[in-house]
Amino acid sequence: MNRRLWLKGLAAFGLAVLVTPLRALAAVWNKPAFESAQMDGALRGLGIVQAGPTRDVVLIAPDMAENGAIVQVEVESRIPNTEAIALLVEKNPTPLIANFMFSNGADPYVITRIKMAETSELKAIVKAGGQYYTVSRKVEVALGGCG
Amino acid sequence: MADLIKLRARLKDGVTEVKALMNHPMETGRRKNDVDEVIPAHFIQLVTVTLNGKPVLEAQWGTGISKNPYLTMRLRTAKLGDRIGLAWHDNKGGSNSAETLVEAG
Repeated sequence: MNRRLWLKGLAAFGLAVLVTPLRALAAVWNKPAFESAQMDGALRGLGIVQAGPTRDVVLIAPDMAENGAIVQVEVESRIPNTEAIALLVEKNPTPLIANFMFSNGADPYVITRIKMAETSELKAIVKAGGQYYTVSRKVEVALGGCG
Repeated sequence: MADLIKLRARLKDGVTEVKALMNHPMETGRRKNDVDEVIPAHFIQLVTVTLNGKPVLEAQWGTGISKNPYLTMRLRTAKLGDRIGLAWHDNKGGSNSAETLVEAG
């Protein structure tokens, strides 16, 4: 076998071995936060001790959702250096819905569709520069969608 | 199709909007079937969006994301023809991925 080719292969293999555990580490799912049945536990799991109110996060959701199985939520942070946005529904069986982490020029902005078991406060918590900021709005749910 | 991801990336006025629709049951583990057996939890836990292979969004999800998840995100660093990738991994070890090119919006 050609020596250069062999070395190339070896290098590629080494890189794969190095890269795989890093990727796996990044992909660790925050089990304690997501499985917590309480808002407090979910926040603790996310490492959030205190989140102050802000006017620089826009949280758009319907005031009244016909079907709790599909509630469209749009959230945008205008706080500089936003790293992450978490979505939580206070009265869901497990309040933490999602945690979005942005990097490499992504806008701190997402639209997604969530389940709501009943009428509840919907919260977005933004992490920026090591601090946490929160906005909240009430969504009335006509038909619960958590099953 | 059980394993379909619809992925689109459109660039307009400097902003690339990435839209994705994933086929997934997103079972909470709290629902019961017709014979009163609990349907096991089956849901996406991690979604990664990449721009030319570099991560731009990493999302961790719980069971509260709706069935057949929908996601929109925005980028200011993408150019026409750049590669946008999306991959998901679920709690049962399942995964899927898709790729698209940034097109004019």
